[in-house]
Amino acid sequence: MKTVFAKSKPGRKGVMPAVPKTSAAKMLPETLLRKKRPALPEMSELDVIRHFTGLSKLNYGVDGNFYPLGSCTMKYNPRMNESAAALPGFTAAHPLLAQLPEGEALVQGSLEAIWETERLLCELNGMSAFTMQPMAGAQGELTGALLIAAYHKAKGNKKTKVIVPDAAHGTNPATAALAGYEVVNIKSKDGIVDPEALEAVLDDDVAALMMTCPNTLGLFERHLPKLVEKLRSVDALLYYDGANLNAIMGRMRVGDVGFDVVHLNLHKTMSTPHGGGGPGSGPVGVSERLVPFLPGPRVIKKADGKFGLEYNLPQSIGQVTPFYGHFGVYIKALAYMLRLGGKGLGKASDYAVLNANYIRKRLEGHIDIPYPQICMHEFVASAVTTEAQGVKALDIAKALLDKGYHAPTIYFPLIVKECLMFEPTETESKETLDLFCDDLIAILKEAEKNPDALHAAPVNLPVRRLDETKAAREMVLKDDV
Amino acid sequence: MNIPAELKYVDTHEWVRMEGDIAVVGITDFAQDQLGDVTFVELPAVGDMVEENKEMGSVESVKAASDLFSPVSGEVIEVNPMLENQPEILNSAPYTDGWMIKVKISAQPSILISADEYKNVISA
Repeated sequence: MKTVFAKSKPGRKGVMPAVPKTSAAKMLPETLLRKKRPALPEMSELDVIRHFTGLSKLNYGVDGNFYPLGSCTMKYNPRMNESAAALPGFTAAHPLLAQLPEGEALVQGSLEAIWETERLLCELNGMSAFTMQPMAGAQGELTGALLIAAYHKAKGNKKTKVIVPDAAHGTNPATAALAGYEVVNIKSKDGIVDPEALEAVLDDDVAALMMTCPNTLGLFERHLPKLVEKLRSVDALLYYDGANLNAIMGRMRVGDVGFDVVHLNLHKTMSTPHGGGGPGSGPVGVSERLVPFLPGPRVIKKADGKFGLEYNLPQSIGQVTPFYGHFGVYIKALAYMLRLGGKGLGKASDYAVLNANYIRKRLEGHIDIPYPQICMHEFVASAVTTEAQGVKALDIAKALLDKGYHAPTIYFPLIVKECLMFEPTETESKETLDLFCDDLIAILKEAEKNPDALHAAPVNLPVRRLDETKAAREMVLKDDV
Repeated sequence: MNIPAELKYVDTHEWVRMEGDIAVVGITDFAQDQLGDVTFVELPAVGDMVEENKEMGSVESVKAASDLFSPVSGEVIEVNPMLENQPEILNSAPYTDGWMIKVKISAQPSILISADEYKNVISA
């Protein structure tokens, strides 16, 4: 597809807007005026419409096709969520209103929606309180790490280290380091945290253990109660990375297990559109002992039943986000929770786990599955056997593009060679999963017979195999037009 | 997998060649193969102090970003200038043109292993 500039023809015009009576050139100082005309493309209105309609058709999304991108939970986003977030009472409310004298009375509905979202998340996760401020998972993690630091500081604990298992999300060590902690990595045993490995590095300097459960291998951490006990013995806190909450909603409450801090990725678990960098929502929940440190202002329900903002929080780590976080995103999450209810959320997780296990079973014998036990909402496969024929995980992923699928996550987690990570989510039907497995198995057979065909993939897309190495080595971030 | 017998190794996949009290440091053939096409290398600067088994930089490839760990302690006296603009030499010549830093060691290295021992590390 040509760029809009390549399609430009000198002199071709679309709609000519009315010329203003006073020329801007007469109103602006000489120094601000252009020396030459801007190089804008010249096109007819129809050319412009066709160009951008064509571009929009190249978009790949879950509304069009299956999107088994492991770790990203690309589930279908019900349209009802959108209509809830688009209610004019929400979209037209000025974010400053709640902070003005008497302004609270004008946004009672919005404040109640925030309060109610926090309450439902507390109930679903067994936590004492939530802050809705963090705008996505990474910011939620940092907020959580700062809460942990605030807790230890208030108690006079001298803590310098955070333990992160090798099957945790890659953001976890980054978060701990950004919060000023030394990161201590521990190796997994049979794909999950080994209590003995934890014991070996546990001492009074440990501030927290950051856990992703299920972890990035899609495995449930079976030793959680043991881990909690060990950490409590040195007054270390337990952090839950809720990025994989989609596997356990309504089936396990992290607060009941003993986690002190949890961040959620509502854009994933609660079905709000995401990908391409946003928008997210990463609320953070805490146990009772961390409540005083939460970011302010907090939404409160007053004695008279009205809602307001509380600023008097002397131990708070302070505001982490302007206003109240990504309000529109978590209104969609609120709509999702209210629509499904507690039982429905549990069922969503059941089907997410069932679908992942269904694909895993169907692929057995066709591709190496390094952790063959029952998985949670996702699992990893390894292209080690096809790699021997010169077909890498990357080639399989590219071949899937040709069949009309989004590629799975590849080369993550790092502890699995030639890794392919599949997460089908609960919203896909058995027919879709079967078709996907058939297509993937056909690709794996092709890898044996005709590896070169896979090296050429994709051949059916607007762009062919890209030189990703060159793109990374010689990054061109702007185009001179 | 190429593991030259005359070099010393550490289990974090760096190699060392001792030239008197100067240690030449790089990453192994196994490391570059696992990383895939290297796109960016971040190294300490001349004059920086590095510490045995402590982070000294990072390597980014199309697959992953990985930390580099110093196999020795001492002062960095030279950094391979080619790696800034031609990180691909780490893939093509990890033991020769792809050397990373030269360190004037301040203490006898204590964590180095032989080529045979390193062979066991990567086959484990």
